[in-house]
Amino acid sequence: MNEHSGTISIADKAAATPRPVAVRVRGLSDKGIAWLFVGPTIVLLLAINIFPLIWTIYLSFTNYAANRSGEVKNVGTRNYERILNDADIWAAMQATAHFVIWTIAIETVLGFALAYLIDKKFRGHGFWTTLLLLPMMLSPAVVGNFWKFLYEPQIGLFNYAISYLTGIDRTSFQMLGEVSLAPWAIVIVDVWMWTPYVMLICLAGLRSIPDYIYEAAEVDRASPWRQFVSITLPMSMPFIMLAVLFRGIENFKMFDLINLLTSGGPGSTTEVASITLKRAAFESWRTGYSSAFAIILFVAVFGLANIYVKALNKVKQR
Amino acid sequence: MSGLSTAHSVVEPSATSKRVAGALVIAYALITLIPLLWIVLTSFKTPPDSIAYPPKLMFQPSIEGYCNLFTTRTRQTPEYLAAMPPPTGYCDRAVRSRNMVIAGPSNVIPRFTNSIIIAFGSTFLAVFLGTLAAYAFSRFRIPLKDDLLFFILSTRMMPPIAVAIPIYLMYRELGLSDTLLGMILLYTAVNVSLAVWLLKGFIDEIPREYEEAAMIDGYTRLQAFTKIVLPQATTGIAATAIFCMIFAWNEYAFAVLLTSGEAQTMPPFIPFIIGEGGQDWPAVASATTLFLIPIVVFTVLLRKHLLRGITFGAVRK
Repeated sequence: MNEHSGTISIADKAAATPRPVAVRVRGLSDKGIAWLFVGPTIVLLLAINIFPLIWTIYLSFTNYAANRSGEVKNVGTRNYERILNDADIWAAMQATAHFVIWTIAIETVLGFALAYLIDKKFRGHGFWTTLLLLPMMLSPAVVGNFWKFLYEPQIGLFNYAISYLTGIDRTSFQMLGEVSLAPWAIVIVDVWMWTPYVMLICLAGLRSIPDYIYEAAEVDRASPWRQFVSITLPMSMPFIMLAVLFRGIENFKMFDLINLLTSGGPGSTTEVASITLKRAAFESWRTGYSSAFAIILFVAVFGLANIYVKALNKVKQR
Repeated sequence: MSGLSTAHSVVEPSATSKRVAGALVIAYALITLIPLLWIVLTSFKTPPDSIAYPPKLMFQPSIEGYCNLFTTRTRQTPEYLAAMPPPTGYCDRAVRSRNMVIAGPSNVIPRFTNSIIIAFGSTFLAVFLGTLAAYAFSRFRIPLKDDLLFFILSTRMMPPIAVAIPIYLMYRELGLSDTLLGMILLYTAVNVSLAVWLLKGFIDEIPREYEEAAMIDGYTRLQAFTKIVLPQATTGIAATAIFCMIFAWNEYAFAVLLTSGEAQTMPPFIPFIIGEGGQDWPAVASATTLFLIPIVVFTVLLRKHLLRGITFGAVRK
């Protein structure tokens, strides 16, 4: 391969001494190895991510429908114009916003509180932390499907528990069947599942605060509340932000849990962006139109991912 | 950290606050475990017990749910059942007591097999490719390295449904729809980004001096990689593999849109386990229990690396 690699590596430096000529003869140059090692991954991602992405961009300017073979016409930006003027899309964005905002707010408060408590290092905290983490490792689809059983108004455990605790008749409300309750039903399951995630990252944040800062605060006789507000909170903020961003991205594109719990219903109350996209692409077969919507979602997630990586780097420096 | 922090340091929480914190965390953990406990309990109920009101905490355990999960059944007249030879096993007896006979095996074993093949295949490929790429990113100067790394990560952040539209069309053209190979390639592509990021973190931690010393002793770069770096990275590679496996095992969105029979995995299959008159909850719970057990084991094995895994290797504790 390339013997005259531009990279200054240890092999090149060693080549200045007489012995390691063998290194250059027997082995590939570092540059060659670098491309050989990175190449396959890049090729795979180009084939399975980038090529389809470019195809989607092309389709988004056409009236193509994947279930029939007709003439494919270029329609310019009409799909995009339609999306921006489509009341259903705006309703979906609203449902998504409700889901994202509430899940993140509750998960952050709950997750941080749990991390704060676990950081007190009570006896057995390692064991209980592992148990607590279980929900987030499980398949959202499989668990979401089971939550449907818990939410059954006649026989479900959830309605039974609510009626046991509050005295409300268990059959008087349906978590998944009522317009006013279904958006909260999906929030509850998501909070159940993902609070441990936020907790774990917050815990890392709390543990990254060096003890001597608290010791100095003690010497200065800062009250516990004061310590919390001026040390604990600001110093774990980058970690909290990281968790919020990641949950934000994940929940913005949430599909599996909601598809299993409500499939967007009742009506389209819980029809978040991904469900709308699935219905347009794989049920109404409006491929061109749904491609345009997919591109819009891509751009949004890409922007969020960009911010996420910046946050990651900030945390990494700690 | 600070040499001042001993067990008697001023920042050590008091015994009372520890106890209160412990009680609150344990209470939360117990509440969140109820749904999981309920899945396991339901899997050992008979169909009538599973839909009883109030929900039964005490019941006669039965494995009828597991029987129903693995079989298909047809309803028969009592006369037909009476004329049959005596039942040969527990399941046979349980099914006949509901006026039915076992017609044959259900699809659960092929679906489970698909899940296993796809999870292992895609994990192997993703970790193989990821290790190579991570080593290159860790050790060599690569033009536009940061941009490439961001590109690799961003592919994982994409909404699966948006990705699925062109993949669906592409696979249809290539004949990869509903095939194990198609799903393995797809999951490899999704997992390779995680593998690269995680493994780069692990390999960054292995001192370069080891390889440099080996190369001065006459090893080639490739030999130094296989004989020095790989053995050192074993833990990291294992942790990464488990994370990839969990993703492939749990994935639903691609699976439900791109597979319908031949290559269908468990997550899209489980919601369609139905009995007479709706979902057969004990059978669903049995499938869910069997499906979740490996993940619980993995979680316990991984607990030290969880934080890394969920933050793409950035937060290491």
